[in-house]
Amino acid sequence: MSEIILLSPPLVDSDVSSLKAGDKVLVSGTIYTGRDAAHKRIVEALAEGKEPPFPLEGAVIFYVGPSPAPPGRVIGAAGPTTSYRMDAYAPTLMEHGLKAMIGKGKRNDEVKQAMQKNKAVYLAAIGGAGALMARCIKEAEVIAYPELGPEAVRRLVVQDMPLFVVNDVQGGDLYQQGRQAYARQ
Amino acid sequence: MSNPRTVEVSAIADTVARLCGEADLYLPEDVRRAFTQAQADEPSPVGREVLARLLENADIAAEEKMPICQDCGLAVIFIDVGQDVHLSGGDLAEAINEGVRRGYKDNYLRKSSCHPFSRENTGDNTPAIINYSIVPGDKVHLWVVPKGGGSENMSKVFLLTPAVGIAGVKKAILETVEAAGPNPCPPIILGVAVGGTFDQAAVRAKRTLLRELDSVNPDPEAAVLEKELLEEVNKLGIGPAGLGGGTTCLKVFVDIKPCHIASLPVAVNVQCHAARHKEAVL
Repeated sequence: MSEIILLSPPLVDSDVSSLKAGDKVLVSGTIYTGRDAAHKRIVEALAEGKEPPFPLEGAVIFYVGPSPAPPGRVIGAAGPTTSYRMDAYAPTLMEHGLKAMIGKGKRNDEVKQAMQKNKAVYLAAIGGAGALMARCIKEAEVIAYPELGPEAVRRLVVQDMPLFVVNDVQGGDLYQQGRQAYARQ
Repeated sequence: MSNPRTVEVSAIADTVARLCGEADLYLPEDVRRAFTQAQADEPSPVGREVLARLLENADIAAEEKMPICQDCGLAVIFIDVGQDVHLSGGDLAEAINEGVRRGYKDNYLRKSSCHPFSRENTGDNTPAIINYSIVPGDKVHLWVVPKGGGSENMSKVFLLTPAVGIAGVKKAILETVEAAGPNPCPPIILGVAVGGTFDQAAVRAKRTLLRELDSVNPDPEAAVLEKELLEEVNKLGIGPAGLGGGTTCLKVFVDIKPCHIASLPVAVNVQCHAARHKEAVL
């Protein structure tokens, strides 16, 4: 098994260029959340020349729609949502400096090519492990589109969020490699 | 005929509210046993780590009264009403929806129900998806099966030609799992219904998910198909979280019923590893 790599956003090219599909990483620092509806609005804002709701340069985005925070907690369960719904928007965000996406499930070829071109990576969180992920989240604040409820954009401060590199900047894909290694006949 | 037994719909509302909370906060014991067994059998170190993390996640959820998964699902309800029951005190569907409203609010569960076009959230996770059955007896049997979108989106209904036979049915199921890959949060559970009609097959496929993972199918033909399908699905190598491994699927449930001479419907309901299901009898 590979050693654990620590990442702290905002990320620069050298942070992500050395990552390989299959690496385990721990992310600590400020990241942002967004799902389908928020992505649509961010991409529309960029097309109109407006400022996005958070600085995209070096940013890490987590595809999550958390459950409501119980009393005394900063956030509810916060596991990743399925990423393919964000595929239509992801290349635009990478062109504007996005360096890492956190989600679960496959990305399309266009997104994988955009990762290679823009030096960005796709990191998988364990799907469904919402209570475990919530423990890594120390602060949470809605910063845009509050009317979207669970889909609002949040700024999170996370500590040691455990993730796997799925797609790297060289075109590596852990979903394909992992499957090939264990497929039988 | 005997006098009907009266069940107040307010008791059904209370039970639905309680089951919504229990289902989203506590991993069922049969699923926990399946994770533990899979950990022992899983050849991939990453796969074993994922399974260990899922057990840890369930422990944290129970300790902290936090949902297992942020996607607390649409509230799918199965209700079997005994034919000797008189439901009293109001509208049954409204009582179930009231239970869902309360259960999701009081337990801080995520509300995921929205208008299909505007995407505007209904705000209280209603309407519930209710499947009614009339059965013999004087009891009301309720199941709450919260269903998340990630796995539901990977489900399929096929209207195959009878000529494809059992091999064609298996092919359709394997292709469904292959196309889903890591998306539905493997290790998955498959609810499969063969036969019946287009509409009925999908509901039956979902209903199989009420079964315990370590139960044995009383229909020997279905039991054989369950075993064969599980073996073939686990040869795909998708593994826990889709990161590669031998545990792509924990269990296949199969329900076989007669169909039209011209038809061969097959429904595959893909269930994520959380496999939430809680029940009560009133």
